[in-house]
Order: sequence, then C-alpha cells, then structure tokens
Amino acid sequence: MSGLPLLSLAVWVPIFSGLFVLLTGSDRNSPLARMLALVGAIAGLLITLPLYTGFDTTTHTMQFVELAPWIRRFNINYHLGVDGISMLFVILNSFITIIVVLAGWKVIESKVAQYNAGFLIMSGLLNGIFSALDGMLFYVFFEASLIPLYLIIGVWGGPRRVYAAFKFFLFTLMGSLLFLISLIYLYLYSGGSFSIQDWHQLPLPMGPQKWIFLAFLAAFAVKVPMWPVHTWLPDAHVEAPTGGSIVLAAIALKLGAYGFLRFSLPIAPDASHEFSGLIVGLSLVAVVYIGFVALVQEDMKKLVAYSSIAHMGFVTLGFFIFSPLGMEGALVQMVSHGFVAGAMFYCIGVMYDRVHSRLIADYGGVVNTMPKFAAFFMLFAMANAGLPATSGFVGEFMVILASVKFNFWVAFAAASTMILGAAYTLWMYKRVVFGAVGNHHVAELTDITAREFLVLILLAVGALGMGLYPQPVTDVMHSSVNELLRHITVSKIQ
Amino acid sequence: MTLAEMQFVLPDLRIAGAEIFMLAMTCLVLVVDLFVKDKNRTITYVLTQLTLVGTAAITLATSTGQISYTFSNMFVSDLMADLLKFLVYLSVMVVLFYSRAYVLDRAQMAKGEFYVLSLFATLGMMVMISASHFLTVYIGIELLSLSLYSMVAMNRDSIPSTEAAMKYFVLGALASGLLLYGMSMVYGATGTLEIAALASRLFGGEGNGIILAFGLVFLIAGIAFKLGVVPFHMWIPDVYHGAPTAVTLFIATAPKLAAFAVVIRVLVNGLIVASRDWQMMLIILSVLSMGVGNFAAVAQTNIKRMLAYSAISHMGFMLLGMATGVIGGDVRFIFNAYSSSMFYVVTYVLTSLGAFGTILLLSRAGFESDEISDFAGLNKRNSWYAAIMMMMMFSMAGIPFFVGFFAKFSVLQAVVAAGHLWLALAAIFFSLVGAYYYLRVVKVMYFDPPVSSLPIKATMDVKLLMSLNGLAVALIGIFPNGLMMLCATSLTSTISF
Repeated sequence: MSGLPLLSLAVWVPIFSGLFVLLTGSDRNSPLARMLALVGAIAGLLITLPLYTGFDTTTHTMQFVELAPWIRRFNINYHLGVDGISMLFVILNSFITIIVVLAGWKVIESKVAQYNAGFLIMSGLLNGIFSALDGMLFYVFFEASLIPLYLIIGVWGGPRRVYAAFKFFLFTLMGSLLFLISLIYLYLYSGGSFSIQDWHQLPLPMGPQKWIFLAFLAAFAVKVPMWPVHTWLPDAHVEAPTGGSIVLAAIALKLGAYGFLRFSLPIAPDASHEFSGLIVGLSLVAVVYIGFVALVQEDMKKLVAYSSIAHMGFVTLGFFIFSPLGMEGALVQMVSHGFVAGAMFYCIGVMYDRVHSRLIADYGGVVNTMPKFAAFFMLFAMANAGLPATSGFVGEFMVILASVKFNFWVAFAAASTMILGAAYTLWMYKRVVFGAVGNHHVAELTDITAREFLVLILLAVGALGMGLYPQPVTDVMHSSVNELLRHITVSKIQ
Repeated sequence: MTLAEMQFVLPDLRIAGAEIFMLAMTCLVLVVDLFVKDKNRTITYVLTQLTLVGTAAITLATSTGQISYTFSNMFVSDLMADLLKFLVYLSVMVVLFYSRAYVLDRAQMAKGEFYVLSLFATLGMMVMISASHFLTVYIGIELLSLSLYSMVAMNRDSIPSTEAAMKYFVLGALASGLLLYGMSMVYGATGTLEIAALASRLFGGEGNGIILAFGLVFLIAGIAFKLGVVPFHMWIPDVYHGAPTAVTLFIATAPKLAAFAVVIRVLVNGLIVASRDWQMMLIILSVLSMGVGNFAAVAQTNIKRMLAYSAISHMGFMLLGMATGVIGGDVRFIFNAYSSSMFYVVTYVLTSLGAFGTILLLSRAGFESDEISDFAGLNKRNSWYAAIMMMMMFSMAGIPFFVGFFAKFSVLQAVVAAGHLWLALAAIFFSLVGAYYYLRVVKVMYFDPPVSSLPIKATMDVKLLMSLNGLAVALIGIFPNGLMMLCATSLTSTISF
C-alpha cells in the first residue's frame, strides 16, 4: 500500500481541479476549460485505481484509512476509509465524471467553465460521501452535493428546469434534515462520538432504533428514490442536461442505497428487521407499479427515469431480504445500473443533441441514418432490460434467486421486472430505432462522432464486462457483505 | 456613613479605556467635520476608520481575560466583552467600507453625520456589551437606538426612510419604556440594579417572586424588541426596507452582537435563577420568530424586506440555544448551549455583511437594487459577485460547507441535548421553508437572464473586502473549530456562579 492519502486525493483533486477550471475559465476560452476539466477528471480516475489494485479482499475492515481531528469542539473527525462496498462506488464515480465531461463537450456552449467545474466539484463531494467514516463528515458531503446539481439542472436544464431544480433540492433537503437530527441524537446517545464505526457497535433500545431508522429512511428513501417519494426524479432527469442525468442516475441514486448499508442496517438492525416488510413492500411497488408507469411514457428520458426507480427498487429489495446473495446482487445491480442508466441517458442525449426532442413520437427509423449508434443503443437497451450476458442480468438474477428463498410471492412479483423491463425498454427501442424513417429530422441525422463513439465504447465495456465476468466486482465486496450481514443478525437491544 | 467611607475613589479608567478613547475621538471627529468642506469629507471617513482601528488596538491591549469591574460595578470588562467588541469594530469598519460608494452617491447622506452617528452607535454597543448594571444596559441601548433612529432618517427627502424612522422611533421608545419598567420591577423585588448583586440575592432566595416574574416579562419584551423577534418584530421589515441600504447594513449586523451580549448579561449573569421562567418565554418567542420570519420571507419581492424577515427567523433560531442551556435546574450544559448561540450570532453577522454588501455593490446613484429581480442574471454580469451572494444565501439556508450550517448544527445539538426533540423538529421544518426563499435568490442570479447589462463598478478595496467576506464564510465553514472554541472560551470566563 502506498503512503499517499489516496482517499483525500480522490476527494480533493476533483474539487480543486474544479475550482481551478472555475478560476481560469471565462466565456472566451471554453476549449481550455474543457481540456482542463478532462485532465482533472482523468487524474481523478487514475488516483482511485490504486484503491482497487491495492485492496485487500480478505478483510472487512476499513482500508486506506485517514484520521485527523476536524472540529474538536464536537469531536468531529476527518475520517476517511473504504471497504469492499464503498470502494467500488468511488471508482465508478470517478469514471462517470470522465463520461460526463465528454458528454457535455460540444453541447454546452454557455458558461462552459462553470458547467465542468460543477461536475468536478460534485465528483469530489460524492467521493467524500462514499469514503466518509465520520457521521458529520458524511452529512456535510451529502448535503453539499446538492448545490452543484441544483445549479447544473437550473442553469443548463430544459424548459421546466427551475421547477425541477427546486423540487430536487427541497425534497432531498427535507429528508436530510431529519437525518441530521438523528445524527445529533446518536452523537449525544453515544456520549459524544460521531464515528460511524462506534455507532455500529452502540447498543440501542428498540424505541430509539425505530425512530432513527425512520429518520434515516426519510433521507435515503428520497435519494434512492423509493415509491412514494420518487416524484422529484422524473422531473429532475427530464430537465437536467445529459451530464446531469448521467450523474444523477449513475451515482446520486446510489447514495440512498449506500446510506442504507452504512447507516440504517448496521446502526438500527432490529428496527431494520422490524420494518423489512415495509421496505420490501415499497420495493415491490417500485418494481411492479413503476414498471407499468414506465411503459406508458412518451418522453424517453422520463421512461428511463422510471426504469431507474424500478431498478433501484431491486436494490432495496436485495438489501432487506438479509441474505448474502441478495445483498451482493443488489450491489452488483447498483454498479451495473451506474453503467447502464448512464449509458441510456447518454444515448438519449446523443439523439437530443441532433433533433432537440425527447419524445418517442418524434423519432422512428433512426437505424437507417445512425447504424453505429443503433447498435450501441441496442446493447444498452438489452442491458437495461436485463438480458443475460449484460450487467443488468447479473444483479437482477441474484436478487430474484435470493428472494425465492425469502418468499415465493415476493420473488414472483420481483421477477415480473424481467417482462416489464423488456417491455418498456424494447418497445421504446423499437419505436425509436426501427421502422421506416419517421420524419425529416431523422432523415437528416448523422451518425456518432469519434468522441461519442469513445464514450459509448467505454460504457459498453463496463456493461458487457460486468455481465460476462462479474467476479472482480463480487470478490471485492464479499468479506464486507458477509461482515455486514453477520453484524445485523446480532440484536442491539440489551 | 462616616466621612472615611465617603472618600472619592477614582474609578479604574483603564478598564473602560476603549470607550473613553472612542468618546473622545467621536467628539473630535464631530468638531473636525465642522470645518471640512463637502469635497473633503474623505477626511471624516478616514478619521472614523482610524478611530475604530485605535479603539480595537486599545481593546486588544487592555484585554486581560479577567473579569474586572469599574465605575462602582456599573461597567465590566471580560473576555466575552473584548471578543464581542472586537467583532463590533470589525463589523462597523466593514459596513463603512461597503457603504462608502453608496454614501458618496447620495448628496444628503454624504455628510459627516453618517460617520459621527456610526461612531456614537458603536459606543452605545460597547456600553451595552460591557454593562454590569441595569442602568448601563439602558444607557447603552439608548445611545445605540437614538443614533440609529437618526441614521434611518438620514435620507431626509425619502418618504419610506422618514416613515421607517418614525416607526422605529415610536416603537423603539415604547420598547425602552417596557425595558425600564421591567428594570424598576426587578429593583422593587430585589432592591438592586447591579447585575452581579442581583444574581447573588436571587441565589440567596431573596426577592418577591411575583413582582420579579412580571419584571422579567417586561425585560424580555424590551430585549426581544431590540433583537427583533416575534411578536416584537414589527419594526424590522419596515426599517430594513425603508432605511438607506447602508444603514440597513449597519442595523442588520453589529447591533445583533450587542443585543446578544445584553441577553447574556441580563438573563444569564443576572437572572439565571429564574431561568425556568425565561427559557419558556424564549422558546415561545423563538418558535414564533422562526415561523413568522420564514413564512413571511417567502412572500417578499424586495430583497431587503426578505432579509429582514430572514433576520427575524435567524434571531429566533439563535434564541433556541439561549432557551436550552439550563436543563431541569442543571447548569452543566449552559456553555455548550450559549456558546452555540454566540457562534450563531457571530456567523450570522458575517453572512449578513456579505449579503447586504452585495446589495450595496449593485446599487448606484438613483438606483437602489433592492428588488430580488434586480439580481437577475448576476452570474452573467459578474460571476464572482454572484458566487459570493450565492455563498451567503446557502450559508443562511444552512447548507454545508458554509458557516451557517455549523451555526445551525451547534444550536440544534444543544436543543436535542436539552431533550427538546420537538423544538429541533420545528427548527428544521422552518429551515426547510427558509431554504426555499434563499434558493430563489440563487435561482434569480443563476437561472434568469440579466435585465441590466451595466457593468458593476466597485473600488479595489471593496472588491477585496467582499472577496474576503465570501471566503471567510466558506473557510470558517470548513474550519469552524477555532471560532467555536473562541466563543466557548470567552463565555466560560464570563459566566461564573
């Protein structure tokens, strides 16, 4: 293991390169801002790679730990570290940042420096969330990450961007303020510690556990998002620029799920068991009901947004059936969804840049004018539908398998996603891509450029690679997942 | 009384050295200004700033960290007083910096009186902060208030300004009356006006409970008026809105520090025995303020008025900390709670300076820039000023990494520690409402197209100071420990039982 503070670098390199882009960029030298942002994003990814190569898969303890006092007055520490669960997301996030910078390369023409800086700063903050081991540090990153996304949606978004930006911000803030209160409660109850690992060991009576669980749920359910607090997501996705949608789908949604693993389950295990029925129920509603909702969408971005909610329903389902297979399946699903949903939004972005419409009805026969693009889009649509050999299949299959053991009818309902997912994704794909050329816009389309090709191939490698050979990902998370499951079988009530 | 006891004792003037220097210099500035022509008013300005620097130097030099009384125990100097006074000077200096161009653009304000009154108001705040006797408290408050009344009316031909000054004066006089009445009742109940003596008599079980309780109600009403919390808040929106922005900036910043000191002196140093009574009152005031302040702010289109309601809600939030120090008669947690409140006030003043400073920056001769819509597209006109204003707004909304978040957090943890979970929940609910209108300002600056393409002129020093102000809000937000500790230390050396 190298002596460098890798996690600090993973957090602060993107943030400082973002600030640097902000300081050097003006409206006149957009190309420079783009290049600097790309360099920053690539540097950010390179820094995180040693996290994988230097990772010890045999232990569940936190690795690459950094600990320094931050706010002594409240015993808050600058405490970073990753285990097999969070490490993957740090890397995924740094990877997606490159995609995002490339995705906005040509399309974003006003305030280019601010746009790229926003994403870089956001990327650093997100890495901070995934690697924070101090409750307050986590919260600070968690809430600060709202600011860049609020601005990105509001400044570079679509026609209803203001509504979407406000809804996104206020919905999330509502949940996280309750989260803050429970963090304060835990701090006082534990006798003055903000360390998440201390909280994991802290015995708690059932009453407080329930309240803490519900407060956590308020924060994380909004982020995931779970039905019925999901309504901000379609709005935010539809109005956000392509890059914003990609980050939102690929990373931001994972924060809620990650919060369940880091906070809800280990801190309030008894309440988690108590409320598992509720969560499983809400997850199934997300999978089935939202699946049907996705089916009737006329806006492609909205359709993919709803399909994201359905896929995240799988993730929460996998967590709350308390089996290693389910949990690992859920984690694989999270990583896979990062690639696939990101890619879906990118594909829609590619078409939107040319036609300036997201409505399915405005397309038709795209394959005739954009054959290369259609091939990529096909791959990602299949992955989104969960076709075997794509990454979408692995996670869903693991979760369904685990839920059969849990309860047949739960598994039955969950498996309906195989049909629904295929239905809404492929039906959309058929209407958009196949058939005769729909209108003169489609007729005038030009196929993807080298830059777009690069982005798509990067995402395709991720989606296919994980589908064919998921072991590098599952190996890493194995010990951490087992430890977490062992931990939550032990009651905290004394 | 024998003759020996009646000997005249010269009070220790060093303890009040800063105040004496300030008074002397203010008189000097007043006289000098008489002989200065309009085009040379810079002399007055420079002298005023030098006075503040000099006073700050004296305060630093004479600071001992000990509690020392002078003028027959009417005046006290301790660490909290030194710290708060220092922050008051700093804040007034920044106010004068920011308002320099604004004042120059307006003929009626470009006279020496603005500076002289600022200095008198500062002196009033210093007296308030160092008061250890009810009469000193009263003198300080009156000196501050009278100066402020005239400053609000300074833009003589402006009808809103005159109206605001009139309202401020009438309501302020009423509040002073309430305060005096409360003091007289406390005197009636305990036989002393000296804060330390009052505390020891109350500890000894002396004092008529009912009269004391009535006195307390009037005292709280008077103080609540000065802080501007509901239901004694009516003057705040009108005065903030009507006053020239430079004066609004003044009112919105340093006096909050002085009012906080009065709360500590009167309620904590003097009446801690009655904490059960006044804590309940403060809780009511605080919840009302957060509710009315935040909801009313949502409906505003004028940014000064919006910030006025936001000030009401912030003072309400700050009072939460003051209301949760003594838990069931247990005083172990008071430092935790009160230092959180102090941190809250200090950071609020810092943020407020930046927010009103930006309004001043955008206004020109004949244009006040006080509508929220005047900020439209600021990001396109000047992204740095937009970024500063955005930081102020996010800080006030309590979003990390800005300092306002840690202010809210530290008060909230005191509230939860006191077991008032429902109060904490109310506070976060109102914060959520508050976030909406702060976000709206950000929205106007970033999402809307600019309505004006005029370049924003500012002198180098103001630019630099604005930038420092903005960076301070971000940097203290990232490293809040120092300031938190400073507040805690200064309070521990001030409050003793």
